[in-house]
Amino acid sequence: MNLVTGTEINYYFVCKHKLWLFTHGINMEHNSDYVDIGNALHEKSFTREDKEILIDGRIKIDFVRNQLEIHETKKSKAMEEATKYQILYYIYYLKMKGVDGVTGVIHYMDNHSKEEITLREQNEEKIKQIIEEINKIKEMDKPPQKVKSKVCTKCSYYELCFC
Amino acid sequence: MKRSVYINTNGRLSRKDNTLYLESETYGKKPIPVNNTQEIFLFGEIDLNTRLINFLGQNNITLHVFNYYGYYSGSFYPREHLPSGFLLVKQVEKYKDEYERLKIAKEIINGATHNILKNVKYYSNRKEGLDEYVERIENERKNVKDAKTISELMGVEGRIRNIYYSAFEIIIDGKFEFKNRTMNPPDNPINALISFGNSMMYSTVLTEIYNTQLNPTISYLHEPGERRFSLSLDISEIFKPIIVDRIIFSLVNQKMIREEHFDQELGMCYLNEKGRVIFQREFDEKLATIIKHPKLNRSVSYRRLVRLECYKLIKHILDEEEYEALKMWW
Ligand code: SF4
Repeated sequence: MNLVTGTEINYYFVCKHKLWLFTHGINMEHNSDYVDIGNALHEKSFTREDKEILIDGRIKIDFVRNQLEIHETKKSKAMEEATKYQILYYIYYLKMKGVDGVTGVIHYMDNHSKEEITLREQNEEKIKQIIEEINKIKEMDKPPQKVKSKVCTKCSYYELCFC
Repeated sequence: MKRSVYINTNGRLSRKDNTLYLESETYGKKPIPVNNTQEIFLFGEIDLNTRLINFLGQNNITLHVFNYYGYYSGSFYPREHLPSGFLLVKQVEKYKDEYERLKIAKEIINGATHNILKNVKYYSNRKEGLDEYVERIENERKNVKDAKTISELMGVEGRIRNIYYSAFEIIIDGKFEFKNRTMNPPDNPINALISFGNSMMYSTVLTEIYNTQLNPTISYLHEPGERRFSLSLDISEIFKPIIVDRIIFSLVNQKMIREEHFDQELGMCYLNEKGRVIFQREFDEKLATIIKHPKLNRSVSYRRLVRLECYKLIKHILDEEEYEALKMWW
């Protein structure tokens, strides 16, 4: 399996320019704007006893009864997609590791709604595609186009991109 | 915004748990908050130990050390906390390719001399006799683009700087005598101010570089690693006129810095403690000055402009966007 991190999946959806910078070691001091659950999952061997993982003091994943729970504040549509696929990727990743039947829940803190996430066949196909594209972007010798959208003003790369 | 801490007293700097303490006879034991400190300047005679150094390293705080006369001795540059091997390779490539190196070096000089010219023009609107200097600098600036080698470029820069320095006496209304720039050691008050200011600038730029992926030893205008973090020397060129020289002019013209703020010894002249404190205060305030950045459409501090200069270099090195040095637009 060609590994990518959850952060990379996330950035793929938010902005491919950012994904390129990030994967080339161009990080900002405060990369507080991403859902960095991936690294922990890769570093820790994931056992059923793990009940709760807290990363960056910001995002909490509860691993309860084969369910991943992510508590997120709603940002924008782009962020939602990104978070959703990040979770789908973890579920996929766990499945590859032989942990079956994990489902996910995103709790949107601001309006108390939640979204259930299940890995379907078409998601799996898409994830494979995304992984392939991420690896292509990583190999590019220059960063791809900037998104130049609303997300930029809140992005930690804003000054780098637009100065 | 994170702070810079200037320590002028003698004493001891230590770590206790997660706090830094400065103990001195004058002020007793004083905590220094770590979370919003980005760099520390040591001017006094300070005792410290490796526990402290490790702690600074963990918190990504740079430490700049100055000797008794206020001359820069060196910095503690903690282990890189934002390394990018990819960028480092590219940064070196741009140095090794003569054409690419010269291109960056020229743009640095372009920015630096634009800012020099801007200073002289600013004062020529207020004082008699500077028009001639404006013209001479403008003429000499035309040679920047034709320079074929780094040393030719340095020659152009040196001539512009000489014209600029010879305008200093007019700018400061002859409050101090100033004929030539001498560095090792400075022999009169203006030279002492320039040397001191430049080393403050150098240290500040170094701290900003530290917070990016750039490697401070690989430079384009200055020869890499000539005993110093030479990229910091490169970037400082752009900011010296904007920050250091402006501070000198206003401190001298407003008589905030006077003869009594200098000590002279064996033909050398240096700012004494009182003088240094005045300069540091001005320097700190200047870096905190906020202006509207037209491209970012945001307000940024002068200090942030230094960071943005690093970002622009990064983009150039990545072949993403041609580097354009900061040219004072205000
Ligand atoms: S500022 Fe915009 S273009 Fe730049 S990395 Fe962030 S999202 Fe992408």
